[in-house]
Amino acid sequence: MAVPDVAVSLDEPWHLSPSVAIRPESFGALAYHFGNRRLTFLKRPELLAVVQGLDEAADVRTALANAGVPSDEWTAYVAALDSLASADMIRPRTGQDSAP
Amino acid sequence: MTALDLVTSSAVPSTLSALRAPRPAGGSLVQQFEYGLDAPICLTWELTYACNLSCVHCLSSSGRRDPRELSTAQCESVIDELQAMQVFYVNIGGGEPTVRPDFWHLLDYAVDHQVGVKFSTNGVRITPDRARFLASSNYVDVQVSLDGATAEVNDHVRGVGSYAMARTALTNLAEAGFKDAKISVVVTRHNVGQLDDFKKLADDHGATLRLTRLRPSGRGADVWDELHPTQSQQRDLYNWLLNAGERVLTGDSFFHLAGFGESLPGLNLCGAGRVVCLIDPVGDVYACPFAIHEEFLAGNVLESGGFATVWRTSELFADLRSPQTSGACTRCQFFDSCRGGCMAAKFFTGLPLDGPDPECVQGYGESALADPDREARSSSQDHSHRTTRAGVGPVPVEIGFGIPAPSAPPVHACAENPLAGFDPLGR
Repeated sequence: MAVPDVAVSLDEPWHLSPSVAIRPESFGALAYHFGNRRLTFLKRPELLAVVQGLDEAADVRTALANAGVPSDEWTAYVAALDSLASADMIRPRTGQDSAP
Repeated sequence: MTALDLVTSSAVPSTLSALRAPRPAGGSLVQQFEYGLDAPICLTWELTYACNLSCVHCLSSSGRRDPRELSTAQCESVIDELQAMQVFYVNIGGGEPTVRPDFWHLLDYAVDHQVGVKFSTNGVRITPDRARFLASSNYVDVQVSLDGATAEVNDHVRGVGSYAMARTALTNLAEAGFKDAKISVVVTRHNVGQLDDFKKLADDHGATLRLTRLRPSGRGADVWDELHPTQSQQRDLYNWLLNAGERVLTGDSFFHLAGFGESLPGLNLCGAGRVVCLIDPVGDVYACPFAIHEEFLAGNVLESGGFATVWRTSELFADLRSPQTSGACTRCQFFDSCRGGCMAAKFFTGLPLDGPDPECVQGYGESALADPDREARSSSQDHSHRTTRAGVGPVPVEIGFGIPAPSAPPVHACAENPLAGFDPLGR
């Protein structure tokens, strides 16, 4: 499965990969990718809120703001989203996304 | 803003509520896991105690089917529940799970219900046809057990013919185009020198090598003294694993080796009852796959409330999720990395649970094992075959009287004397 080699930017629309399931836990969440069998731990409830809000937000910036993440933490959150993107947990939203 | 630690990713997680102590906010993932999760990360499910082999180190003392084994419908209910709890995948084992007639149906059922499956097999049913079927599913992972890179080393532990059977299964999988099968090796004193050979075997089959620790559980208790790696072999294993990094899987089972200095990849923690557990063939839920003993029995999936209630409300699991006392170990400088080692290994070798692991690399285990009052414990269930296979088991006692001479008269069928027919002079 080809993983898009892109970095997450604040101005882009992103969403959760279709093969990923998320299970909320008190520390944040478990995210499991059924395709590549990678398990990822989201270690803050706020990060879970960001990831879950990606689909409805116009861009990453909006998703961060909607989740109530203070702007001085956005750099760290974008880095976290980058690492999720590199494991194909989230994907850029291109209007018509195809399932893997 | 300095780095916020927000994500931890793991390629293949291990083999890793009702809480008594309040969960701390924040903290490391390991600290969070010690307080338990709403559902296991993954769990081991032994579908049957029936097995075509009689491996001397079998964790579950398998061999004969248990008549109380969960029915197909009961297994389906368990899968429904795992789906509802979002347990993303299960490790299916046994016994030999593929000897259940409904095994392939249950595999399909799990995958159709968003429960991914990795199953362990000795290869007996992995025909070319089955291999093609398996290659067609994205959500099934196969793990073939092999405990020697040569037939001689493997068959000593797993039985005559088992090496050839596993190799055939691996060949069938590779030829069917199955991607990334696992070769699962229990590291013993006899095969620890073959790690490079195992790695090559895996590479040659497009497979991934998985190494796990020999536990003194089940029949493993009987052979642990003879088979567990020596102290110097543990050091070699540690160096080998550090060098291999994430290219070799371990089910996080070697975290006791972290006492050599550096932590190995994976979760360095005992996940028993916190992030993992075991469901046995009759539905009993144990804290971990290596602790099939009534002391670690949390409940049964057939009780009202099912598996979720056992996981969330069992007294035993609540205890395991409470802060543990680790005795003298807490004064050791390596405690933070090994966390006192494996609970099951301590239990079955008769060591106190708040003391060192029997294979503690700092040597504290050896002195604990030397305690004259120590009593090793055995499994509280035994489904071993009642017959022993040739070439294993206790060494037969040889009494030097020679075979009875052909001229000896036949012993009467009803002779009751245990020495009937025995002539100490050995005519």
